[in-house]
Amino acid sequence: MAGTGKAHLRTEDALLRVEDLVVRFPVGRTGLFVNAVSGISLDVLKGETLGLVGESGCGKSTTGRAIMQLPRPTSGSVMFEGRELTSMTGDTMREARTRMQMIFQDPISSLNPRRKVRDIVMEPLTIWKRGTVAERNARVDQVLEEVGIDPQRAAESQPHQFSGGQCQRISIARSLVLSPSLIICDEPVSALDVSVQAQVLNLLEDLKRQYGLTLIFIAHDLAVVKNISDRVAVMYLGKICEVAKSDDLYREPAHHYTNVLLNSIPVPDPEIAVQRTAIEGEIPSPVFPPAGCRFHTRCPGMQERCQNEEPQLREINTGHFVACHYPVHGGEAPVSIRTAGS
Amino acid sequence: MSNISQASSRDTGAPLLELTDVKTHFRTRRGLVRAVDGVSLTLERGKSLGVVGESGSGKTILSRSIMGLLPTKGTERHGSIRFQGQEIGNLGRKQMRHIWGREMAMIFQDPMTSLNPLMKIGRQITEPLEIHLGMDKDNAWATAERLLQDVRIPEGARRLHQYPHELSGGMRQRVMIAIAMACGPTLLFADEPTTALDVTVQAQILDLLNDQRKERNMSLILVTHDLGVVAGHTDEIAVMYGGKLVEKAPTRVLFADMKMPYTEALMQSIPKIDDPSHTRLLAIGGRPPDLVNPPNGCRFAPRCLYARDRCLTEEPPLRATDNPEHTYACWYPVGSAEYYQAKARLAETPVAVGGLD
Repeated sequence: MAGTGKAHLRTEDALLRVEDLVVRFPVGRTGLFVNAVSGISLDVLKGETLGLVGESGCGKSTTGRAIMQLPRPTSGSVMFEGRELTSMTGDTMREARTRMQMIFQDPISSLNPRRKVRDIVMEPLTIWKRGTVAERNARVDQVLEEVGIDPQRAAESQPHQFSGGQCQRISIARSLVLSPSLIICDEPVSALDVSVQAQVLNLLEDLKRQYGLTLIFIAHDLAVVKNISDRVAVMYLGKICEVAKSDDLYREPAHHYTNVLLNSIPVPDPEIAVQRTAIEGEIPSPVFPPAGCRFHTRCPGMQERCQNEEPQLREINTGHFVACHYPVHGGEAPVSIRTAGS
Repeated sequence: MSNISQASSRDTGAPLLELTDVKTHFRTRRGLVRAVDGVSLTLERGKSLGVVGESGSGKTILSRSIMGLLPTKGTERHGSIRFQGQEIGNLGRKQMRHIWGREMAMIFQDPMTSLNPLMKIGRQITEPLEIHLGMDKDNAWATAERLLQDVRIPEGARRLHQYPHELSGGMRQRVMIAIAMACGPTLLFADEPTTALDVTVQAQILDLLNDQRKERNMSLILVTHDLGVVAGHTDEIAVMYGGKLVEKAPTRVLFADMKMPYTEALMQSIPKIDDPSHTRLLAIGGRPPDLVNPPNGCRFAPRCLYARDRCLTEEPPLRATDNPEHTYACWYPVGSAEYYQAKARLAETPVAVGGLD
């Protein structure tokens, strides 16, 4: 899987275009590196929701953060609204970040416990001195109403006086207040109960329509990602395995890893016989990622070629890309010239 | 204590576990928190029971009440807990020690924090073997190696000499399972055993738990918020809400014919993998009840789309359907005439279904 390549990038003007993104973290002073993200490319059109899905350690959160330049990627390019973010510094960078916001997993710890909720939501406007005081107040009230928080109560209360679901709404209000064009949601509903999770997912859908927002939705729950995304990219060990429209991806998964993931989900229906593609073992260490396809150590369809040659993303159906030599469907990948020649 | 171990060795014909009106309340500054408020149920030997509910429903406190793992200070316990025909609800910690490990064991949610980081895996598995079963050291280590094999950890002999931080999350949860099963308990509690794990590893662990349960004729109480997890891995399901048991049925019966509107709402609020993308979710409006001042009547009534006046004042008792194994607590259950009336009314006047909390 574990593929590189840019076949899946579209020619239209994308709001965000990431190319060859690499993020490595040093392991102490050992001279070794954690290869968190190893050369991924993706793009998001305006108004689109891209789902990034994968297990822990696949690099999905690191990708989200690297797009925000928090921290900066080791190499690669991040074009956002036509501007290159990786070379930006100082005030230009800060300014650019107002156009993209992030929502985190734990709603309670991502809000300052000592401040009034209304001030938390107001702060971005104050920092950037947007409008007059009256305009700022009106804007905060409006955004709080939209996410379903009573502005009056927000003015009097601190985060701990709200439930987890409400705190996540407050985080969403804070991210919306500067009218960004891109919101990166990193596991925004994982810490919430299912009944509340549905409320927040519905809210994100409503706000997206209302504001024409573009979302990158990072989560490990495949059903949640399918529900909210237009397009989904499946990641494994710092690489993209498969990209497709969400309905296509779930109907006809081509990558063995996607297939395994989908088969591992416990379905809330006892009548559905558990048809399981057995997968052994766990994700390998990102310090020493396997050669060739990074999934080959666990792949049920592994062949010799997978151990040495890294698969490239290629189109097997309109808009459906997979990085696998021998996918579940879509035919074997042509032997690359370089390998054939050597 | 001696009569307890005798009780465990003989088959009394009584259910393995029998709870009658179990209440666990905590005294806090805010008032009395009614975390578990009158739960009655039975569990047969060798069966698995899924306890499902959202946070604050009392599912974890219920399992800890049964095991006697609650702080004594500030806790009020009422009702009867009979285990193998023997009342254990009033036993102190000292007496419970004879039950822990050998009769009941528990696997916790977070395998990172429930293992001792300073102790080798081997020591953590052999400790209960030496203490509860009186094994000598060599015997215990040999057993530990076999246990690791049972939970499918490769290279067990080497793993025994490792510390928890050298193992992945899934491996640590396997070690937890090995420890829990070390003394061959008759009842195993698994409290959200896979919530902290990845989905491929989750499937492995759930299968492992089920295989071991069958092999050892153990009973299993699987506590989780995920209806998907219990659907494929339990014989029966108990749904909890606001400290009460609101519905209980054999798993297939429950999914085919749920009676309690809460169970139905919980099902509908989950995104399904087979629904097309952007399917509108039917969220449950409002939020779970405050357990210091729980609402009168049915505790779910304030969030229930089908609630009527009676639901707000009068608490529905648990009653059985035609199937005596299927009980629920609702005045106007799913499928009743009133339910369909309310549904038709809702369809005419489109209210904000699934409002905010």
